[in-house]
Amino acid sequence: MEKIGILEGREKQVYEKKGDSAAIDIKCETTSLSGSVSQRACVFCGSRVVLYPVADALHVVHGPIGCAAYTWDIRGAVSSGPELHRLSFSTDLKEMDVIYGGEKKLHQSLTELIAQYQPKAAFIYSTCIIGLIGDDIDAVCKKVSQETGIPVLPVHSEGFKGTKKDGYKAACDSLMKLVGTGSTEGIGKYSINILGEFNLAGEAWIIKKYYEEMGIEVVATMTGDGRVDDIRRSHGASLNIVQCSGSMVKLAKMMEEKYGIPYLRVSYFGIEDMSMALYDVAKHFSDNPAILDAAKKLVNREVSELYPRLQHFRQALEGKKAAIYVGGAFKAFSLIKALNSVGMSVVLAGSQTGNKDDYEGLKEMCEEGTVIVDDSNPVELSKFVLEKEADLLIGGVKERPIAYKLGIGFCDHNHERKIPLAGFVGMYNFILEVYNSVMSPVWQFAPRKGGLS
Amino acid sequence: MLLRHTKTEVMEREALTINPAKTCQPIGAMYAALGIHGCLPHSHGSQGCCSYHRSTLTRHYKEPVMAATSSFTEGASVFGGQANLVSAIDNIFTVYEPDVIAVHSTCLSETIGDDLKQISTKAKDDGKVPEGKYVIHAATPSFVGSHVTGYANMVQAMAEQFAESTGNKLDQINIVAGWMEPADMREIKRLAKEIGVKIQLFPDTSDVLDAPQIGKHVFYPKGGISIPDLKSTGDSKYSIGLGCFSGEPGAIALEKTCKVPFQTEDLPIGLRATDRFLTALAKAAGVKIPDSITDERGRLVDVMTDMEQYFDGKKVALFGDPDQLIPLTEFLVDLNMKPVHIVSGTPGKRFEQRMQAILSETVPDANIKNGPQADMYLLHQWIKNEPVDLLIGNTYGKYIARDEDIPFVRFGFPILDRIGHSYFPSAGYMGGLRLAEKILGVLMDRQDRDAPEESFELVM
Ligand code: SF4
Ligand code: SF4
Repeated sequence: MEKIGILEGREKQVYEKKGDSAAIDIKCETTSLSGSVSQRACVFCGSRVVLYPVADALHVVHGPIGCAAYTWDIRGAVSSGPELHRLSFSTDLKEMDVIYGGEKKLHQSLTELIAQYQPKAAFIYSTCIIGLIGDDIDAVCKKVSQETGIPVLPVHSEGFKGTKKDGYKAACDSLMKLVGTGSTEGIGKYSINILGEFNLAGEAWIIKKYYEEMGIEVVATMTGDGRVDDIRRSHGASLNIVQCSGSMVKLAKMMEEKYGIPYLRVSYFGIEDMSMALYDVAKHFSDNPAILDAAKKLVNREVSELYPRLQHFRQALEGKKAAIYVGGAFKAFSLIKALNSVGMSVVLAGSQTGNKDDYEGLKEMCEEGTVIVDDSNPVELSKFVLEKEADLLIGGVKERPIAYKLGIGFCDHNHERKIPLAGFVGMYNFILEVYNSVMSPVWQFAPRKGGLS
Repeated sequence: MLLRHTKTEVMEREALTINPAKTCQPIGAMYAALGIHGCLPHSHGSQGCCSYHRSTLTRHYKEPVMAATSSFTEGASVFGGQANLVSAIDNIFTVYEPDVIAVHSTCLSETIGDDLKQISTKAKDDGKVPEGKYVIHAATPSFVGSHVTGYANMVQAMAEQFAESTGNKLDQINIVAGWMEPADMREIKRLAKEIGVKIQLFPDTSDVLDAPQIGKHVFYPKGGISIPDLKSTGDSKYSIGLGCFSGEPGAIALEKTCKVPFQTEDLPIGLRATDRFLTALAKAAGVKIPDSITDERGRLVDVMTDMEQYFDGKKVALFGDPDQLIPLTEFLVDLNMKPVHIVSGTPGKRFEQRMQAILSETVPDANIKNGPQADMYLLHQWIKNEPVDLLIGNTYGKYIARDEDIPFVRFGFPILDRIGHSYFPSAGYMGGLRLAEKILGVLMDRQDRDAPEESFELVM
């Protein structure tokens, strides 16, 4: 086999599990090496993905055109009502603006837009250039807010000021400015907010239905199918349920501090984790046993329906190997469990933004020989896929064509999934997609599977 | 979806762009750089830009798109990115072993004022550029121009920084490719071969962004113009720049640096633009156009006449990149259609001039706008005020097409929601035939869909 090297300086970001029980010493939470072909994005990207699904807010990207053009409706977070979030608004800065500052232009844009669309709130994203030329967007936002009477929230997401994670923080800061500004009247005791759920392909709707079936009131989902008014009154809920913890734990913590609302970390992927997500909430409301009963009934019903349907896939998928490269490491845990449950093993587990604990956790879960990587790149990904003879790659946009070039199946577990993968029905969808891709007849023509090369 | 957000009344907007019909320079530079064999594009700025550019190119071409980034942090944006770039160059040559690194700037590095030329020279002086390897650079600030400008800037950089004139003229013609698909570049090479002219086509993304599956991830697929070929363009006897926005600057650069005379032609899209291109090529090379090509042309003309009865007076709205829209509009007029609304986000006077010249006799009052605020929101407003029978443009047109229930042909960049488009040329006579077939196809599908039972017919 051809030897593929690892980028110098990255050796410490790659770990292979080999019998030892020593703690995994992986270097992570660092910036990428200059010159690497990294799969990572920027602070702005982090903010944009978190806030984007708030559907009745205006989202204005303050900067040159590209940042707005690339984030125009790329995420598939669906709304049951308004769809203002799917338009692309940009101040489209020109050379003169960069020299003289873009504050006036921003002010004018906001005034025009708010008059035209009457949004419930506006999020103003500052991009790299704005950080550099020093536009005082806080002042502009404040002014427009006074003039129009709606919350106009600056999102400090200059791309270079950290990593995607810092963008999550900036987004949480903005959301926190909305939280607590609405009336909590009428919110009952058995109420939750769903955090870190973006309603890709309608996933938030599935989750919401489960909780409602248990007799729990969902005050706000953040930010999938999000509404400004719901967020404003979300501090009236008794509990926050955080899924994508990388993005939203910060908000949960802030709400805990300020409003005393506790939070729970959950995952909606796979049978085990989904059930846990429901039981944990039921247990929190232990003074109302009807909730736990309802949860048990729900899980029972869903699992007994799902289980036999999964067995069919198990026969085919048993022994197949998967490589996982995702954004947040937390997602990798659920994926490993879900794949294991149909007899598949994981030979590579990587994330863009994991921390030491995440990687320690991954190591615990994985089998001998599994490779764990932080902030990987295409060379490494293809190296490990080939060496470990993976049959499937799970990743995002930039990973898909790599998998296909290598002649193996692919599943998007990121922005571009078109079917819901959360919940019990999502588990079925996920395994079906894995099955269809891994077992597709097209691979027989791939050189690796004996096709002509 | 956008329908309820688009107001019919067209108002002057000064500050705001809604639903842009363009994107930023670096992505064009990145695409162009992939047209050199063994080249790794490098984005000098923060990671985000590079990541977005790669994602968008990946979505359009469905191919792995490789590019490195300087990974700016706060430090770099205060103290300048020189150290980042020098160490990036070092890292890249050590690990990814390209023949060329094509560096482009981003808004950020431009605003800081990083001098790419000086930094590349420093990297070379410091011994970070191995023997026989190259670093080229292009300035691509996005607050000027658009993705088309970025493409042109990188192509110009190729010409300026590679072409050598040895004094020994070669019997070959340069073709400086404007922004087109890999399949179009392949088609141009085929046509040149058919008429027996040796050409140097650059950039050439065929076999790079439509590479075959071989079971491996190849960092540098076999396509792209080679360095020796690129160098030899300085000794060519003539250049043809395709597209005054995207191809011409490269041809001008060759004239300046190596005194290769040139002429600019439109991208060969549609009948007349292909005629002009092939005539220019044959003339420059001193050859005659062979019968095989004349027959190809004849087939296109034949199909156009077969289709003639269906196109008459159909109104079209189109948007996209100027070099593609100019010959496309001409082709539509030749098919007796009426392009009534035309938008291009890329600024430049020559666009309107050419459009007016093409449309002055047939559609003198067409709405034409390019540059700032020439966005899809405006196009949508125009369509609301004067409905059309057909919409042509990139993927983003699908919203308008759905809202207004207009037949839609995908054409241009980016196309994110269909697969295969980059494998079929729109250039040349064959490309014209394909375009005409696609257009008529959607019009007839619509006719079938809307036909009442009694007039739903087998023969149309
Ligand atoms: S900052 Fe980056 S993505 Fe944004 S416009 Fe400039 S180059 Fe493009
Ligand atoms: S300019 Fe900055 S904010 Fe915009 S995409 Fe690039 S890194 Fe992100």
